[in-house]
Amino acid sequence: MESLMIVLVGILVSVGTYLVLSRNIIRVIVGTAILSHAVHLLILTVGGLKKGDVPLLSHSGGPFTDALPQALILTAIVISFAVTAFLLVLAYRTYVTNGSDDFQELRGMSDE
Amino acid sequence: MTIDLAIILAPFFMAACIAIFYRKIKRNWVGWIVLFIPIILFLTLTTYIPRVANGHTFSNTYEWIPSLNINFTTYLDGLSLMFSLLITGVGSLVILYSIFYLSQKEALHHFYCYLLLFMGAMLGVVLSDHLMVLYVFWELTSVSSFLLIAFWHHRKASRAGARKSMTITVSGGVSMLVGFLMLYVMSGTFSIREIIANISMISGQSLFIPALFLVLLGAFTKSAQFPFHIWLPDAMEAPTPVSAYLHSATMVKAGIYLVARFTPIFGGEMIWFWTVTGVGLITLFWGSFNAIRQVDLKAILAFSTVSQLGLIMSLLGLGSVAVHLGYSDKTVLYTQASFAALFHLMNHSTFKGALFMMVGIVDHELGTRDIRRLGGLMSFMPFTFTIALIGSFSMAGLPPFNGFLSKEMFFAAVLKITELDIFSLQSVGVIIPIVAWVASIFTFVYCLIIVGKTFFGKLKPDLLEKQPHEAPVGMLIPPFILISLVVLIFFFPNILGKYILQPAMGSIYPTFPSVKELTPSIYAWHGFNPELYMTMGVVVVGVILYHLLPRWKRIYLLIPQRFTLNAMYESTISFSENFSRLVTRRYMNGDLTHYFIYIYVFFVAVVAGYFLFTEGITFNPAIDAKIEGFELILVFIMVVAAISILFAKSRITTVILNGVLGYSVAFFFVIFRAPDLALTQLVVESVTTALFLICFKFLPDLKPEPSTRGVKISNGVISILVGATVTIVGLAVMNYEKFDTISSYFEDSYNLAGGKNIVNTILGDFRAFDTMLEVVVLFIAGLGVYTLIKLKAKKEGTDIENK
Repeated sequence: MESLMIVLVGILVSVGTYLVLSRNIIRVIVGTAILSHAVHLLILTVGGLKKGDVPLLSHSGGPFTDALPQALILTAIVISFAVTAFLLVLAYRTYVTNGSDDFQELRGMSDE
Repeated sequence: MTIDLAIILAPFFMAACIAIFYRKIKRNWVGWIVLFIPIILFLTLTTYIPRVANGHTFSNTYEWIPSLNINFTTYLDGLSLMFSLLITGVGSLVILYSIFYLSQKEALHHFYCYLLLFMGAMLGVVLSDHLMVLYVFWELTSVSSFLLIAFWHHRKASRAGARKSMTITVSGGVSMLVGFLMLYVMSGTFSIREIIANISMISGQSLFIPALFLVLLGAFTKSAQFPFHIWLPDAMEAPTPVSAYLHSATMVKAGIYLVARFTPIFGGEMIWFWTVTGVGLITLFWGSFNAIRQVDLKAILAFSTVSQLGLIMSLLGLGSVAVHLGYSDKTVLYTQASFAALFHLMNHSTFKGALFMMVGIVDHELGTRDIRRLGGLMSFMPFTFTIALIGSFSMAGLPPFNGFLSKEMFFAAVLKITELDIFSLQSVGVIIPIVAWVASIFTFVYCLIIVGKTFFGKLKPDLLEKQPHEAPVGMLIPPFILISLVVLIFFFPNILGKYILQPAMGSIYPTFPSVKELTPSIYAWHGFNPELYMTMGVVVVGVILYHLLPRWKRIYLLIPQRFTLNAMYESTISFSENFSRLVTRRYMNGDLTHYFIYIYVFFVAVVAGYFLFTEGITFNPAIDAKIEGFELILVFIMVVAAISILFAKSRITTVILNGVLGYSVAFFFVIFRAPDLALTQLVVESVTTALFLICFKFLPDLKPEPSTRGVKISNGVISILVGATVTIVGLAVMNYEKFDTISSYFEDSYNLAGGKNIVNTILGDFRAFDTMLEVVVLFIAGLGVYTLIKLKAKKEGTDIENK
């Protein structure tokens, strides 16, 4: 299962990277969202899968699955949400100010 | 803490006070408060004079970085004392002068802060015995000089001059550092005194000559010796008090100090003798020759400083012969060259300081320093004229001023050196007095120019912006103190000789048993001898050349403008600037996608490269958990959704497919026993999708990617490589079992944190700070979102951005 999950993570990373490399601003933001999905799965997977029960002391006496990656991912989900929200508004502002959502047209070289 | 350390630290302390409290201090008081420091230091240092004159030295060691053998060792001997007196003495006068020179509207706190920084750094240079500490202070003088030259940083010339001086002096400083490290490798110590004590051990080693050259490079760049002198004229963009202080009296003499300090180490070498003397003489000649063509009074003084520094340098070179010959009753003939160097150094600080202040007064009262617009000021500015006259005549080497004495000693030294038959002096030595004499003629001519073109001739009122008038008393006092010293030293030179110069010379020849016999007595009148005839010749030829100046000035046109050192420096700088701009533009082209590509390619190259190189790729599916059927279906769904996103034509499809991915991840969280994650993921995914949809109201629909096929293929290759790299890293990590898991610690969460949900206790207790900062990140992101939506740039704001 772990190997399969890591291959899935690899595919997600490839897709995310390809989107990040595109010129459209929305595709780039979706790309970052996919990258964070991939990373969450990766962290969970390298912590070991199905090695124990739900990490709730009231639920069973153990053994429990590794709780530390879960805590890390919980933090990461929230942060990546914040970043996505910020990027979306940034994209909106960029479009309103510059009238373009294409990175090639947004190149800022006029001051040089 | 003892007094010597306090002397170095006091200016730094005061600089910090000024920087912190300047708002509390009345503007017109700042200068007066600062003035206390150099005066107190000067008075403190004078109490050392009798003891140092009796041969005492003072040394203290403070541990700084003992593990690296770097200690703060202060060392006060004759040479250090002489320089410290110069730094604090001239410093006091310059600060007094600047109180009247600078307008109250200037950034006075910056000015005095930098000036004190410089003073402390300079005292650090002359008072430290440890090479590394000396180097740190040495570079600090360059930095403070940079700040002071660029004091009027709104002027382009100021910035250019500051950068030039920084570039040249700091590159010299770095080569000096390498020289110091070589000395350390050879001798095993950073202490100058210990190196001198072990000189016989290191002088034969192969690094000795390279170290000699590198140290000299540091000294030559700092002291503006040919061909590095080009920074000094440009440094004249600094306010005049700074020019008087740093670029004439003290900082440029740090190179002289270094050469004097290292004479006991390197002085016995023929190569040292010829390099120091030769470079000094060339600088002496070239500086005086170029001073004549200048039209800016300050530029004349700059080239004259270059030339005088060359004179002092060459005298130190001549004096190094004494180290080679060793101690004997005849050595006095050659030690007097070093003596003359120190003597002239003192004299130069007095008359050149006064001359700079004189130019400052002219500039301040008339608004110009251009000699083509000046003239006939004698009757309007009689005191300033007196300063100019005495200063210039002293510089020209006329009696009854101190410059006469040291100039005569210089002539004596260059004549004496031709009698030696070491270092192949027999054959080429005769050039030395000839160059010295010719350069002295040019010196005489430009001294006449300074006085004649400014104060004699006709007044040109139509070329002046202001009505000429005498300067305020406060600006006249400091230069008058200096010119009274010029006269006093002429009449009582041996007091200076006995108390200051003799112990200082003792530091240049520390191995000699006694310096008393080596100290020449200074006489104003020593009969009709070759030196006096040389001076007379200088005066006669100088006056003739001055009067014929318009006829032979064309000689300066013989050197094409393109081939001057300055032009070559400028073209090198502009070439390297243009070249690096060209190269940088090639890759920093403003296209975000390209920057991403650099990052990804670098990531793949380093990470995948590392794993391939170390053969760290391991793959062992045997330890995996079992795969259930529904898990396979979920994986399949995610792969299909992910790949379809690449081909999605509309943005709605894209976002829904992204939602599919997100909810599938939530399902995986459920399968992998992570209920909290699943809940959070579901909520966040819903909100994110909603956010995307809201944003689409304001953004245009997706267009097909306009990139060419080639770009798409290369992007695809990069993406696949990145994905593959992540996969192999993940697989390698899965099979990496070198550490025990730390998670079992958290399973005691009920006892440790009072909670039964382990994930919650980790977030809320074990790593609570982390969670708090996460909230802060959320808060900042929220602020950012709010700002971007609500606030609009003001009209002026956009204008400034576009400028």
